[in-house]
Amino acid sequence: MLTLAHFITLGAVLFCISVAGIFLNRRNVLILLMCIELMLLAVNMNFVAFSRFLDNYDGQVFVFFILTVAAAEAAIGLAILVVLFRNRQSINVEDLADLKG
Amino acid sequence: MPIMEIVFYLFSAVLVASALCVVTVGNPVHAALFLVLSFFSAACIWMLLQAEFLAIVLVLVYVGAVMVLFLFVVMMLDVGPSRAASRIGAYLPVGLLVALAMGLQLFMVIWTRGLESQVMPEPRPEGYSHTSEIGRLLYTDYLYAFEIAAVILLVAIIAAISLTHRRRPGTRHQDPGRQVQVRREERVRLVKMSSDGEER
Repeated sequence: MLTLAHFITLGAVLFCISVAGIFLNRRNVLILLMCIELMLLAVNMNFVAFSRFLDNYDGQVFVFFILTVAAAEAAIGLAILVVLFRNRQSINVEDLADLKG
Repeated sequence: MPIMEIVFYLFSAVLVASALCVVTVGNPVHAALFLVLSFFSAACIWMLLQAEFLAIVLVLVYVGAVMVLFLFVVMMLDVGPSRAASRIGAYLPVGLLVALAMGLQLFMVIWTRGLESQVMPEPRPEGYSHTSEIGRLLYTDYLYAFEIAAVILLVAIIAAISLTHRRRPGTRHQDPGRQVQVRREERVRLVKMSSDGEER
């Protein structure tokens, strides 16, 4: 029997994987952005599961808004990345340490 | 209802495996394609949770638009896989430590709060539309937030264009400042001449 805990656990596993991915992929900003998308997917999984099990549609409306904001974030983040690569010829996080004291 | 369990475990196995591949392959193109696979499996699990509209939106918007945008940028930036994949092991211990600690805490919260006794409520009667219910909520209770979401998308469009747009030297374009400062004498020349036009 599928319970709410199954779906929330799936979301938790996804979130932990993407947190580990942010630590692992310090060389590439693109994969960091993909890890952030994966985190948002994990959160959305929780919202959809609660919406189904509590029989309330507000959770799905929130997922809709999260998807909107995530699409905007991806567009602006990739635009910043393109400008960054144009100016620095690198998207390595370790090359971007200008603000380090 | 064992078919639901089979579907759930199948798609969550694909989802977790492809998420692991996203964070470990190192090659951005492969990572983007594995991300497509994980979004698709997540959409199937949402379908299981009767969120049909969101599942379709996830496939259309993410797989269709955002991941294509990612692939475009990957191709444009021309980052080699060898550079990106190197030194992936340097941060492996701390990454695993943080992820495992966070996962342990999350599991302790999830499996001790009675969530495992919460069973799925009965499905709605046949012909009930979840999508129209979401639409009703969006256009009544959440109308203001819906309009703000539209403004956020507009801001994203303007920001993306203005960030990446650049003027190449040699292109011809208008200067509105000089256009509005033009005086009549620069454009119109009045010539005195007789009305019959024969003698000049």
